[in-house]
Amino acid sequence: MSTAKLARVTLSHLDWLESEAIHIMREVAGQCSNPVLLFSGGKDSICMLRVAEKAFRPGRFPFPLLHIDTGHNYREVTDFRDRRAAELGERLIVRSVEDSMARGTVVLKSADEPRNKHQSVTLLEAIEEFGFDACIGGARRDEEKARAKERIFSFRDEFGQWDPKNQRPELWDLYNARSFKGENIRVFPISNWTEIDVWQYIEREKLALPAIYFAHRRPLVRRGGGLLPVTEVTPARPGEAVETLQVRFRTVGDITCTAPVESAATDVASIIAETAVTTITERGATRLDDQTSEASMEQRKKEGYF
Amino acid sequence: MSAIERLPAEDIPDNGLLRFLTCGSVDDGKSTLIGRLLYDSKTILADTLHAIQRSSARRGLDIVDLSLLTDGLQAEREQGITIDVAYRYFTTGTRKYIIADAPGHEQYTRNMVTAASTADLAIILIDARKGVLTQTRRHSYVAHLLGIPHIVVAVNKMDLVDYAQETFDRIHDGYLEFASRLGITDVRFIPLSALHGDMIVERGDRLRWYEGPTLFEMLEAAPAIHSEHVEKFRFPVQYVCRPQDSANPELHDYRGFMGRVESGELHIGDRVTVLPSRLESRVRDIQVLGESLPRAVAEQSVSILLDDEIDISRGDMIVRSDELPQVSRNIDAMLCWLSESPLDPRRKYLLRHTTRDSKAMLAAIAFRVDINGMQQQPAERLVMNDIARVSFRLAQPIFADPYAESRGTGAFIIIDESTNNTVAAGMILGIASGDSG
Ligand SMILES: Nc1nc2c(ncn2[C@@H]2O[C@H](COP(=O)(O)OP(=O)(O)OP(=O)(O)O)[C@@H](O)[C@H]2O)c(=O)[nH]1
Ligand SMILES: [Mg+2]
Repeated sequence: MSTAKLARVTLSHLDWLESEAIHIMREVAGQCSNPVLLFSGGKDSICMLRVAEKAFRPGRFPFPLLHIDTGHNYREVTDFRDRRAAELGERLIVRSVEDSMARGTVVLKSADEPRNKHQSVTLLEAIEEFGFDACIGGARRDEEKARAKERIFSFRDEFGQWDPKNQRPELWDLYNARSFKGENIRVFPISNWTEIDVWQYIEREKLALPAIYFAHRRPLVRRGGGLLPVTEVTPARPGEAVETLQVRFRTVGDITCTAPVESAATDVASIIAETAVTTITERGATRLDDQTSEASMEQRKKEGYF
Repeated sequence: MSAIERLPAEDIPDNGLLRFLTCGSVDDGKSTLIGRLLYDSKTILADTLHAIQRSSARRGLDIVDLSLLTDGLQAEREQGITIDVAYRYFTTGTRKYIIADAPGHEQYTRNMVTAASTADLAIILIDARKGVLTQTRRHSYVAHLLGIPHIVVAVNKMDLVDYAQETFDRIHDGYLEFASRLGITDVRFIPLSALHGDMIVERGDRLRWYEGPTLFEMLEAAPAIHSEHVEKFRFPVQYVCRPQDSANPELHDYRGFMGRVESGELHIGDRVTVLPSRLESRVRDIQVLGESLPRAVAEQSVSILLDDEIDISRGDMIVRSDELPQVSRNIDAMLCWLSESPLDPRRKYLLRHTTRDSKAMLAAIAFRVDINGMQQQPAERLVMNDIARVSFRLAQPIFADPYAESRGTGAFIIIDESTNNTVAAGMILGIASGDSG
């Protein structure tokens, strides 16, 4: 037993996760010729931007930011998105599901249906338009059982499809981002972060967030076991009682299928305390569209979803 | 056990992160064990539990099938097997865990290798009724080859053998005999029932003859340390930051060499050598986001600034001048072949080591390992799941250490450029010096 063994300093778990994410982003920069980072204005992608700063400053990011806008976003979030990109001085590209609808490549069954899954089409169109060979996304493995199975560098064929039964081996930190033209690699630097890690990171780095992540009062109706905000695109149905409750969002996405939770947490520390004792997963509490079938995420990923 | 384990708890405020995997033969209960661990440590949230309760009921089961917690793919649920690794997370007061649930089927061995490559600890499950099987040996061997420092052998399904100590002892002795032939020394044994939860988080009252720690206690006590060796500083350069901001005089000449410390430590002022150029310089600064750090430690991602203007690019490596690695174009290695298409000795492959790629050709296959008898056999070619000792000739030199000393600079992968697939995992045994190319 030499003292040299004991001398090794081990990183705290948050430092380790951050360092892993930085390493992954730099691998993308080193291996890919035209990557892009998906930035939605949500908490996971806000963490990714911080990681990107740590990875590349004082230089510019070696990729632009891309948001696939469903047209069903909270104003607070899209405003935040634009402000954050401007503060960082990085290029933000926005491509909209509504443009795909106008082109006829996205066809809705009903006008007010959730548009989350239709983002795949718009994303694939953007990938083709710009010739991106890698998309950095903020998905985490703790979010959902199909995500729990995905590699950090995840190969998609020319149709954007994920083949979960035939993933590339991924060994040590020797990532393989190679693809042929038309194919694409999805990269998830915060794969190994959990919801609470994200909040702890936000607290430690003092990251700003869109206001709807914190407790605020808003009109809602109770529908399908969840709380649904009453907004322009999601009016109350006849006979539904509108209540005003204090809520916060655990995740922000398509207005029509993202539900808030009741909460009094007005700062990050209180959110961490609530998250530590919650009995419902992030998606279980908030994603009304994931509950339709046992494999809806896997299905969407096979079709090109993030 | 090493002295690290005996450190008083108050010296370890944040026990950091421990990555472990479950492996072993088909249906030995790996996924069920992880489900049980998450369930008993109260990590499973109510809605997830409801979902697997519904799923179990739909499948006509009268108890909750905890393996559904990790078997998340449709194909896995249909067949009741694990196909690819699932990652799960849980935290205790002192430590965060990343769990990898590996598949047992031989066909999916490459996914087990994926899981093993990042693990600090392996739980190898054995079905108490079946004892040590070929896959148990294969996974044990892979875990050992990949240098996983801690191995726990969990004899599962003890409920099906009446919790009999004789059965446990017999498997224990048989495994030890085989393990010692492999050179596995740090191995611990535990009897359990993943289905009923005995000896996982709770001791239960049916295994009174077993006096060791529960599985959970073993995990909490395992030191998260990769290498038993004195570590040398290794810094493969991933990316070079050159803002070339002519408006900002401070940034005008800025050159940051960005990467992650694979091993060892570096301090401001240290003398370093850059490979392959062998040019020397001194560390002027170590930075993260404009902040200066006095030192960089293993696994930390930083930018290094040097005193002299040296041409350095991705694929180069910065080391301390008094700790040079071997530089060579000839390597000896253990190789796990992972691809459905066999290793073709006539073809050139891409070998990726740290941040460096080089064309590589097979020079020789010394032997193939027969998993059942643990014997060395001659081989002309390698097929999927073969493990062999090989040598490669490279077009470019690499800067490497034996894998046993340093995972980060001893590991490589092989990529088939015709498909871009990762087809093999390699662990360097030694490198022939004197051919620095
Ligand atoms: N009686 C009993 N059955 C168990 C125990 N652990 C697991 N099983 C059962 O064994 C079967 C296989 O369990 P899994 O957890 O899916 O096995 P696995 O090792 O993950 O299988 P693969 O990943 O496909 O290799 C299931 O029917 C489990 O309910 C145990 O301790 N006792
Ligand atoms: Mg399994």
